[in-house]
Amino acid sequence: MLEVRELSMRFGGLLAVDQVSLDVQEHEIVSIIGPNGAGKTTVFNCMSGFYKPTGGKILFGDKEIQGTPDYKISRLGLVRTFQHVRLFNRMTVVENLLVAQHRHLNTNLLAGLFKTPGYRKKEQKSLDRAAYWLKRVGLLDLANRDAGNLAYGQQRRLEIARCMVTEPKLLMLDEPAAGLNPAETRELNQLIISLKEDYNVSVVLIEHDMSLVMEISDRINVINQGRPLAKGTPDEIRHNDDVIKAYLGEA
Amino acid sequence: MLDAYFLQQLINGLTIGSAYALIAIGYTMVYGIIGMINFAHGEIYMIGAYTALIAITGLAALGVAFLPIVLLVALICAVIVSSSAGWAVERIAYRPVRGRHRLIPLISAIGMSIFLQNYVHLAQGSRNMGFPLLIEGGFRFGAEGDFQTSISYIQITIFITTLICMAGLSWFIAKSRTGRACRAVSQDLGMSSLLGIDTNRIIAATFVIGAALAAVAGLLLGMYYGSIDPLFGFIAGLKAFTAAVLGGIGSIPGAMLGGLILGVSESMTSGYLSGEYKDVVSFGLLILILLFKPTGLLGKPEVEKI
Repeated sequence: MLEVRELSMRFGGLLAVDQVSLDVQEHEIVSIIGPNGAGKTTVFNCMSGFYKPTGGKILFGDKEIQGTPDYKISRLGLVRTFQHVRLFNRMTVVENLLVAQHRHLNTNLLAGLFKTPGYRKKEQKSLDRAAYWLKRVGLLDLANRDAGNLAYGQQRRLEIARCMVTEPKLLMLDEPAAGLNPAETRELNQLIISLKEDYNVSVVLIEHDMSLVMEISDRINVINQGRPLAKGTPDEIRHNDDVIKAYLGEA
Repeated sequence: MLDAYFLQQLINGLTIGSAYALIAIGYTMVYGIIGMINFAHGEIYMIGAYTALIAITGLAALGVAFLPIVLLVALICAVIVSSSAGWAVERIAYRPVRGRHRLIPLISAIGMSIFLQNYVHLAQGSRNMGFPLLIEGGFRFGAEGDFQTSISYIQITIFITTLICMAGLSWFIAKSRTGRACRAVSQDLGMSSLLGIDTNRIIAATFVIGAALAAVAGLLLGMYYGSIDPLFGFIAGLKAFTAAVLGGIGSIPGAMLGGLILGVSESMTSGYLSGEYKDVVSFGLLILILLFKPTGLLGKPEVEKI
């Protein structure tokens, strides 16, 4: 469903991403790994419309999306998170989920002012969806708390819930386990697998936590210094000599 | 303490202060969402006053004299024209240079302000124009022969209209879908965009809302002062800006509070000291607040993002 073909991104004299290709099929979790500074997040930023790539193509379905503004890409069903939690801290937990459904509530201002039945119905539907996901990630009791006051692990889960209420086809998670303790990481594992199994969402994952990557990925792409190094199943990657060299240094 | 003279100054202050607050909302909302001051906002308010006057004159020529109709039509015309002007300011002076150095939109907005001012000079002439009061009369109380406190109907109208507008705006920001999106965009523009909110539309909406409220203030203060000229927006814009900073720029309750404090302190100065000192006091207040509490009364200190 997503195909990245020979993607390149140059910042002045620095070639941050050089001819990286990868693809994601439906019902699949694909990871991007590599040492720090390898260009993983830059690939993400190109895919989500943050950067306009200087070379290559990104196909979502059969549509070329490189250089499309980010809000249009997210409307196609390609939603991402960031390394740092970016919630609306001064809004409540449930408001964070409602505002993410803004585009689904495509009603005009007058309908809102007069609370027409159609408007109420849509508003109710988005509330129901928000409540469902809050329950799913275990935050329903905290629905009216300000998002900024949640514990870090809760904020991470709320972020994923906020992506899910937009009903994405493909979810891009940038280091979702960063800063989580082992128990929280295990919970996150379960959640990501469930997104794929129960909600039929494909996931692209950037992660440093190898236990997480190896456990849940269907396929892994390794990038080193902006260039593709290897790709394959977790088992293949684990035994790939190039990957071992890049991570451990040459012996 | 609560003698008739003091009460009179308080009433005058609250009237003018609530109108300042209406204009200040425009400054504070735009600042809250894009972190910049809309320097053409005073002109938007002036245009609102002119449009209302034109509508009132036109209706009089047509022989329409029923007061509620006249006021309503004048209000609607002023709101429509000012909102369009507010939208145009965003589209022409802000959107093309968004994301550039902060000085650039500042200068393009000042350019827009000069343009609008001079356009009105050309189209309407530079002389003062009389603005009919429309809502005449009022209450008087206090003993005969003593100082009598008076509240005119126009003062009551200004105060009540402002209250209605503020209540409506607070509801809109807190409860409506667009209001929710406004708050989201003001907290994190990039993330809002990623979640599929059309941020350009939301930014334009804040300019339009601020302009509509300024138009309401234009009609009300036009009637209250009794005359308008093309520079009418300049000093009012500065005062409203002061009110917004005083209350804490970016905070809507702050703009309301700042407007009222500024209005009351001005009228107290005119009442007890001299009318000539009133601008000294209001801008002195601005300097003091910037020196000792730069975030304003209700503003939150900017937290450095990590």
